[in-house]
Parts: sequence; structure tokens; C-alpha cells
Amino acid sequence: MAVLAMRDALNQALREEMKRDESVFLLGEDIGLYDGSFKVTRGLMKEFGEKRVLDTPIAEEIIIGTAIGAAMSGLRPVAEMMTVNFIMVAMDQVVNAAAHIRYMFGGGTKVPLVIRTPGGGGHQLGAQHSHSHENWFAHVPGLKVVAPGTPADAKGMLKSAIRDDNPVMFIENEGTYAVKGEVPDGEHLVPLDKNEVKRAGDDITICAHSRMLIVAMDAASELEKEGISAEIVDMRALRPLDMAPVIESVKKTSRLITVEEGWRSYGVGSEIASRVYEEAFDYLDAPVARIGAAEVPAPYNKRLEKIAFPGKADVVVTAKALLGKN
Amino acid sequence: MKVEQRPADSKSKEAFTDKASLLNLYREMLLIRRFEEKTAEMYQAAKIGGFCHLNIGEEATIVGTISALRPTDYVYSTYREHGHAIAKGIDPRAVMAELFGKETGTSHGRGGSMHLFSADRRFYGGYAIVGQALPIACGSAYAINYKGTDDVVMSSFGDGATNIGAFHESLNVAKLWHLPIVFVCVNNLYGMGTAVNRASAVTEIWKKACAYDMTSERVDGMDVLAVRRITDQLVAQAREEHEPSLLECVTYRYRGHSMSDPDTYRGKDEIKEWQTRDPILSLGEHMKKQKMLTNEEIERIDEEITAQVEDAVKFAEESPEPDPKDLYRDVYAGEGAA
Repeated sequence: MAVLAMRDALNQALREEMKRDESVFLLGEDIGLYDGSFKVTRGLMKEFGEKRVLDTPIAEEIIIGTAIGAAMSGLRPVAEMMTVNFIMVAMDQVVNAAAHIRYMFGGGTKVPLVIRTPGGGGHQLGAQHSHSHENWFAHVPGLKVVAPGTPADAKGMLKSAIRDDNPVMFIENEGTYAVKGEVPDGEHLVPLDKNEVKRAGDDITICAHSRMLIVAMDAASELEKEGISAEIVDMRALRPLDMAPVIESVKKTSRLITVEEGWRSYGVGSEIASRVYEEAFDYLDAPVARIGAAEVPAPYNKRLEKIAFPGKADVVVTAKALLGKN
Repeated sequence: MKVEQRPADSKSKEAFTDKASLLNLYREMLLIRRFEEKTAEMYQAAKIGGFCHLNIGEEATIVGTISALRPTDYVYSTYREHGHAIAKGIDPRAVMAELFGKETGTSHGRGGSMHLFSADRRFYGGYAIVGQALPIACGSAYAINYKGTDDVVMSSFGDGATNIGAFHESLNVAKLWHLPIVFVCVNNLYGMGTAVNRASAVTEIWKKACAYDMTSERVDGMDVLAVRRITDQLVAQAREEHEPSLLECVTYRYRGHSMSDPDTYRGKDEIKEWQTRDPILSLGEHMKKQKMLTNEEIERIDEEITAQVEDAVKFAEESPEPDPKDLYRDVYAGEGAA
């Protein structure tokens, strides 16, 4: 067990899978010679060569399209989209093609493809580089969507995603690449369809994924000082959405907060809340509270940006309000 | 629209002299013609639903290109692909069954007219978003290079697709990465109801490859021998030199864009004029002149093929519908519903 930054845990997963399976190759913008915008692919072109680490033009549609065709023809591509905002240019390939090909061709082929892409804001990058869109993909049958929040899960889920026979949207976060944590060496696989309790508690349940998992864990520590015991459920598996640990937790705490970095409307929290109302309505003592980004295009100004994205204080205040302790 | 004839086209008839090859091309084109005529009839009888786009008139382009391929070569096509699927070797029964939405269809009734597929025949699908399949076809070509086999990819699309970004992105990487791919533009002069000169700044589509320093050719898409002759060269170039190319086949669809097209944007005289250059009649006349075919033989072949198409319809009629319990099958590989 080593302590690794998130980006190095991802790098380790890629390296191990490329060594294990010749059919795994990487493609994307500046992932090779440049070592990747966020250095996740550092050193891999040097180690595996230009055929298996393919630098592409800045042309998102051809990146995803090439990956799909290669996947249908026996390879296991891992495509990097520099940020999730750029994938909009290639949405036809992701949704109309990758997600639907297997079904519309009657199961005659499969698309074992991983699309790695970071979302998230907080770096003063403005309205075209800062958003989170995992809910868009999680809406689509045929895609799997995961968004790990710890280095160990990042490694284990990326390895599982590469071995999966379906298109997997692997959502990273620009704000977590430097976050460190213990990562098991070698063969460490985390399933793509299992959410889990990351911190046990009794008074209130908080669901969060990706960078918001870290925010929620921080909030839980602060709440503990005030005598509030929060249970944190990591929603790393968004599609298929594993609700079991959430339902179980709500049955215990009777209160639920969802936290996501994207906009609340039609969001991840909306889906979680609906399912809790359907499956555990009688256990709730208060309406589900959803926390998300302010419904504006991300602003550049530092002060405005800070209030546009959710933080620890939002979670703490909301938790206390739900428990009537403000 | 008049099509300029290129000197190379006139030599095409010298290239193929053996009767067996010519007969195969003739039969294949006639099969597609009769299949599509029957498809129109079945659509009007409400046996076929959704959108339905016919290949009638384009047979020489389809057969001339696809007959140049090996069974292990890949073909990607569009929503107007019944003929391409048959030419790549898919049983017409399975194609008709798919149009009928039956479980025995190429895509088990999940795809329909626009989404035929066969992994065995390496017919890698009909795609219903204009220009979408070109980048995917590049992926298959990348995989060929990656694995070091000598297969070739043929990516077929209409003139309308050449105005889309995906077309240009695909030609760019095909040249950049030395992909073994032949891009075939079926220029039938209309993108739905919009004539090519109302949609494209450059109406001679082959010229668009110049931007990527890529081999490109324009051929009379009504002359199966001309199409085949040039395709042989381009396929060999892809297979042996890993050099991509763009082939523009100028052809015409006799019917509307789809079965629901009233065809008000072009004159009846234009359609009649193109029909005088019918690819099947032309090849038949050529073979008769060469004493390779008689009127009696032509009639007999037509009867055989008509019977084959009737058999495909019978098969489709008698095949089972998909079972409702299988609605969720194949949304994901390796598991049930999610």
C-alpha cells in the first residue's frame, strides 16, 4: 500500500492494464509527448510507444469515433477528453453511437470503451471549462457512468472500467488530481456498480461523489464537533445507480442531503431523491435537501466563483437546518 | 445535372472480359433492384415501418465498390444500406426479416431498415446520423494497423455527409495515420431534397480530398465496370500501401429520399434521363453485344432472382416477432437490464 495522488493512482491503473492486455491503448489530445494536460498519462508514451499512446488532433468527434470503431474491432481504447466540457463536440458519437450501437445492432457487437474526462470548477476557468455533466451521461441507457472520489477507488474503478465490455464514462475532477490517499498495490479492482458508506453515522445521511465526497467528509468532521453524526455514502457508481447503501442509511437516519458539483436541476440529487421517495418515503422525517452549483454559467471572478460552487459550509448549514439545530 | 465523363471510364469495359465475373456483377445488381422494388411494395402494404430509403438506381455504385473487397474487409454504410448489406454477403432473408422487425433479422428487429449489421460478414452497420460512421470506420482501420492484418475498410456515405465536420476530421486522420480505408461518396446529387449545388461550395466532391493531399477519383457511378475498375486500384493502394483515398461515384436514386418523400424538388424529365443510363440494362446490353448473354438468359436470371426475393419475403412473414420479455436484452454486454 502506497500513498499516491489521484493522478498517479490513475496512471498506475493505465500502466498496469496496458501491461496486462496488449489490446488496451490510449488516445487523446496531448496525452503522449506532452504527458497529458493533467499528467495522468505521464511517461506512458515513452514506455509503450506511439501506437499505444496516440496523440490526436484537437478534434473530439474523431477521437471518440475512432475509439468506438477500434472497440468494435477488437481493441480496448481509453480515450481522454481534456475536460468534460469539450465532449459536447462529440456527443453524437457518445450518445447516438457508443451508447446505442450494441442494442440497435441486436447485440451483434460490443463497445468496450472507456472515456476518461475531468469535470469540476474552482480554478477561475469560466463558463466553458468548469462544469460537471455526469448527469447527462447517467441519463442514457447503454452507458455506464462512474465518478470516484478517492485515489484507491480511482485506480480500482479505472481497472474495472477497462476490463468492462461496455462504454464507460469515467468522470474525474480537476480539483482532485493532487488529492492523496492510500492505494493498494497491483491487482486492485473496485466494481463499477457498488456505492459504499465511506463514513458511518446515525443522525443524517449525506450522498456525494467525486470532489464533493471530499467536501462532504470535511463537513462531517465539522458536524461531529457540534455533536452531529453524519453518514457519508459515496455515490461513485452513477449508472447503474446503486441505491442500496443510501436506502439502508436513510432507514437509519431518516434525513438525507445530496451534494453534487453540477447544477441541481434535473441532477444527480434529483434522481437520488426520487428513488428515496419511491423506496423509503415512510422513513423520512424531512424532505430531501439537494445541494449543487448556483444555476449560472461558471463566473470567472474568484469571489463569485467561490459562491457559485458548493462547499463545506453549505453542507454544514443544510445539515443543521434539517436537524433543526440552526 | 450533367456528369462529366472522364477518359478513364471509357476503358472500363476492356478491364473485365470473363463472363463469370460479369454475370456475378449483373446478378448482384439485379438482386438489389428486385429486393428494393419488393421492399417498396411491402412498405406500401405496411409490412415495413419507420423510415425506408431505397438503393434503386445506385446498384452499379454499390456492387462496383463492394465486389472489390474480401470477406474480411469492413464496410460501414448509412441508413440507405439494404443494397450494401446484400452486396457484402448478408442473406436477403435476414435483411428482409429486419425490415419486417422480426427476431430473425440481422439486428433481431432492434434496428430496422436503417441499422442492418453483421459481424460475420464484416458489414459494420447502417448509421442514421449523416456523417457519423466515418470516424467509426477510421477506428476499424486503426485497429487493422494496430493488429498488423491486411484488411481494408470501406466507408460509404452520401454527398450530404461531405459538408459535415466528421467528414473532414476523418479524411485528416486517415491520411495522417496511414489508415487502410477507402471513402466512397455515393453522390446521388441530392441530400434529402437539397441539390448538391445548393449545399456544397464544391460540387465535385472528389476535390475535397485535395485539402488532405489524398488520392481521389470521380467515376460514373452508373457504370459498374468503371466503378469496379477504379475501386480495385484504390483498395489495393489501401491494402498494400496503407494509403487512404476518396472515391466519388456520381449516381442517381430513381425514388425519393425515403418512402415518404413526395419528390417535388426535381423534374420528372431528370429522373427519366438518368433511367436511360440504367446500370443493369447497360451491363445487359454490353454482355449481349459480347455474346455473353441472351434475352432468354436475362429472363431466366430475372425469374430466379424474383423467386429469391419472394422467398426472403416469405421467410420474413413467417419469422417470429421479438419476445417482449427480451426488451432489455443487449442494452449492455455481459448482463441484463441496468
